[in-house]
Amino acid sequence: MINKIAMSIADALAGVKDGSTVMIGGFGTAGIPNELIDGLIEQGAKDLTVVNNNAGNGDTGLAALLQAGRVRKIICSFPRQADSQVFDALYRSGKLELELVPQGNLAERIRAAGAGVGAFFSPTGYGTDLAKQPDGSLRETREINGKHYVLEMPINADLALIKAEAGDRWGNLIYRKAARNFGPVMAMAARKTVATVHEVVELGALDPEHIVTPGIFVHQIVKIDRVATQAGGFKKAA
Amino acid sequence: MTYSSRSNDQLAARVAQDIFDGASVNLGIGMPTLVANHIPQEREVLLHSENGILGMGPAPQAGQEDYDLINAGKQPVTLLAGGAYFHHADSFAMMRGGHLDICVLGAFQVSVTGDLANWSTGEPGAIPAVGGAMDLAIGAKQTWVMMDLLTKKGESKVVTQCSYPLTGIGCVKRIYSDLATLACTPQGLKLIDMVEGLTLSELEARIGLPIQP
Repeated sequence: MINKIAMSIADALAGVKDGSTVMIGGFGTAGIPNELIDGLIEQGAKDLTVVNNNAGNGDTGLAALLQAGRVRKIICSFPRQADSQVFDALYRSGKLELELVPQGNLAERIRAAGAGVGAFFSPTGYGTDLAKQPDGSLRETREINGKHYVLEMPINADLALIKAEAGDRWGNLIYRKAARNFGPVMAMAARKTVATVHEVVELGALDPEHIVTPGIFVHQIVKIDRVATQAGGFKKAA
Repeated sequence: MTYSSRSNDQLAARVAQDIFDGASVNLGIGMPTLVANHIPQEREVLLHSENGILGMGPAPQAGQEDYDLINAGKQPVTLLAGGAYFHHADSFAMMRGGHLDICVLGAFQVSVTGDLANWSTGEPGAIPAVGGAMDLAIGAKQTWVMMDLLTKKGESKVVTQCSYPLTGIGCVKRIYSDLATLACTPQGLKLIDMVEGLTLSELEARIGLPIQP
């Protein structure tokens, strides 16, 4: 029998190793799996590389993980926000390495990892500072049919933490509104994917035409209480 | 003769005038979001948001905010009937794959041949953040910039070569500004229109660059 329903977040996150690469879904505060991040803080893994679109809002969730000193490096597209003070301070003091990636390249590098693509050429970023290696040298480029491209490598992860709306014991998932964002691609790219859901349903209850993430990409599902997503990431909310 | 520059709303209305019926459009964070308020009612335009929304509607009424339904600036929005949600890789495939008709962005600098600088001022110590700027700049069929022509210090934001870090090369087709609408071409700037009372030579003097009539 296949049963991916974990009894607790602690069960689902047991065994996360130091030095892991952890993908965390979400864009701003929408789709951020705060309960799983809190669970990861509790679990204690350190020296982590985190992949998220942003770098934490306020002082909870991802910001709390950063503040706890568990993260060595963050791969993201938009760290600086009105309420990213935790990231800002760690970055300025040199305690956190940043790999800044254009958002579409970030999404596609994650997708490529999940899809088994070895690398791909993207037009995004060609001729800019983000087409350079950390040492300042240019990454590989190619001209294809008169257009210029930069070689982009996949981003694989040991663990993906995502927030979904509902799921079943086979791991099939549906999401809620724009909280879907990075969830489906991150689920594909990690060796282990843990999703929170607000509802666990019987097999067959999710319309197969509407399942967004097929269960093959998901390893553990944890049911959590519904808490309304809080505003974050812009001036008035900060 | 005297002239008055376009207000932000007048500028937004000028951009909206060129957004055709049926267009799929991404409006960048900041001034470009104003354009949505000026699209003529008889035109059906699909607004795209990078975080996975097509058919984005206006801000919700107070008390109706749902922070699972936000725009690229993380502010609450609504979804029109017929709108769709999708994941990030699909959202950026819409850009990179050339499926969006128009993208309107703000800018620090634009070169006469359409190079764009809008993501970083390159100041030492500044925290970099790029978001979807580079994907948007090169992805849409047409990238338009919406900005004041001069900085607060009075320097032209239209330049021969960008001094700020580039977002994309040769990607801007048009500049909609408070004083004039300009086309960026491989041969340089070309005038589309300008505010009443302004002459071409005055405009050229303002930005310090030649403009083809």
